[in-house]
Amino acid sequence: MLIVQKNKVVFVVLSALLVVIIIVAIAMGAVVILPSHMWSGIEHLLAGKPPASIYEGVFMQLRLPRVLLCAITGAILAVSGVLMQGLFRNPIVEPGLIGTSSGAAFGASIIFVLSSSLSPDLKATIGPWLVPVFAFGGGLISTFVVYSLSKESRDMPVLSLLLVGMAVNAIGLSGTGFMSYMARDPQARSITFWNLGTFSGASWWQVVITGMVASIVFYFSFRYSKQLNALLLGENEAELLGVQANKLKRNILILNTAMVSIATAFVGVINFVGLIVPHMLRLVIGSDNKLLLPAAALAGAGLLTLADIGARLFLAPAEIPIGILTSLVGAPVFIFLLKHFHLFSSKNGEDA
Amino acid sequence: MLKLENISFQIGKKKILNDVNITFQPGKFSMILGPNGSGKSSLLKIFSGSERNFKGKVYYNGVDLATISNETLAKKRAVLSQQSQLQFPLQVKDVVMMGRYPHFSFQPLKQDQEICMEVIATMQLHHLQNRNYLSLSGGEKQRVHFARILAQLCTIPEQDSRYLFLDEPLNSLDIHFQQEFLQIAKSFLGPLTVLVAIIHDINLALRYSDQLSFLKDGEIIATGTPNEMVTPEIIEHVFSVKSAVMKHPFGDYPLVLIRN
Repeated sequence: MLIVQKNKVVFVVLSALLVVIIIVAIAMGAVVILPSHMWSGIEHLLAGKPPASIYEGVFMQLRLPRVLLCAITGAILAVSGVLMQGLFRNPIVEPGLIGTSSGAAFGASIIFVLSSSLSPDLKATIGPWLVPVFAFGGGLISTFVVYSLSKESRDMPVLSLLLVGMAVNAIGLSGTGFMSYMARDPQARSITFWNLGTFSGASWWQVVITGMVASIVFYFSFRYSKQLNALLLGENEAELLGVQANKLKRNILILNTAMVSIATAFVGVINFVGLIVPHMLRLVIGSDNKLLLPAAALAGAGLLTLADIGARLFLAPAEIPIGILTSLVGAPVFIFLLKHFHLFSSKNGEDA
Repeated sequence: MLKLENISFQIGKKKILNDVNITFQPGKFSMILGPNGSGKSSLLKIFSGSERNFKGKVYYNGVDLATISNETLAKKRAVLSQQSQLQFPLQVKDVVMMGRYPHFSFQPLKQDQEICMEVIATMQLHHLQNRNYLSLSGGEKQRVHFARILAQLCTIPEQDSRYLFLDEPLNSLDIHFQQEFLQIAKSFLGPLTVLVAIIHDINLALRYSDQLSFLKDGEIIATGTPNEMVTPEIIEHVFSVKSAVMKHPFGDYPLVLIRN
């Protein structure tokens, strides 16, 4: 009973934090947006009227899409961390480490470069869909390469996983770098954008696409939470519990790659969120995917939005790429967690 | 009833099992003994449905195993494997609940909760049920998995045939829990339960088994009750050790002493 209540508290706290962080993130910036502006902006939108003031305009056109895209991306990365760790049965996996993000960035960068040679009409009709599709292709190929190369029989040793992931990441990032170098279109994104990630170009269109993909993937992953739990025991054991392990792995791999690739196509590579959020939550609520998946979505959204506030404030009016911030803060936190909690040695604390 | 017909199995060019024929009756504690590398674990993998690339037929109550899906099988067949690879923090009772996964679709029912509480009590894991699985000792982990396996097969009352397979279940257990474990397994036997264990300790096998089979070089050498089976000759033939067989001072079963 006590445990059930503890988990409820965790969810209430995470949700409350997320709401507060989102409101603060919308308010902060070159122009301060008050909650009253947010409220009237939403009222005018619902009534079908245009924004009544510059504040409402900034709120509706700049801040809100940026903060929403940021929150959705954070949720995607954290949920993806949980899924990947379960799939690879390895607690150190996240989309940045196993090539998904860099492969997706490479795929997207190809389109950004090639699209300058497309006719304007064609570009207008299929352009918006090409980026997500190519990002998905790139992410899927690189994830699959890492997965199949690092797999020895039925085990997946940590070391080979990391090494293969590193190699595939290097290929993806140098490919992206080459594409950025070749790009003649002044609109083509710079290499730093892909490597470090930023939310400065957020649009409603991106919010809608990532939001749709994320909801679909979250729904199906949540439905799979029981099977994902069984997979933690190992593929063989999961099959003995009636799980079709190969089908499950394939579906999760595709769903996960789809959402990470699309987020990466829009905001670039953001590391460590997918690693740290699941770790911190595992310390508090354990590894039951039925709790961990929704909790990771909430915490990931909150954490990345918080990081984006920092990215906008530290060097204001300039902006730090958010990926620098997540890596700078995330890597030491991760090392601290591993050392301090002996996270995956047998001398762990009293309860999960 | 579990029936194996003409089972042959090889990995690459190495023959692991050669034309194995054996029947395991419900209501009897069947045990398989044999030296390392004799094919015991492969045989268990084959008749439990984990390994599907073999020659021959396995019948569960006359139904060909090849025609039974993983999902259907998981509701009536449970396997205690040698090692589990769980390396994530989970509460002990959550691990036990995994045994009920084949029986509910998303949310455990009240019945599933009750069964878990019952097997946790049976395996004396009460005080550990909220602990992190990763913090347990090897023997405690083994008990948690045994509880999970029992939960997988629990139906109250026993209505349908069920199959419980144990692959070297006594590893990492102290002598008290070795006895305890086999007693619990035995008490789980009903008229419809097929129970097969791979075991190394010959005296525990003689004490608890109803049917004993010796496997050597991928072939069944002999099958029978402990009393009719065990002679110094057959033990030397299977394990290449000299021994003396005598009556056990505490019961009506043989005791084997190994001479070195």
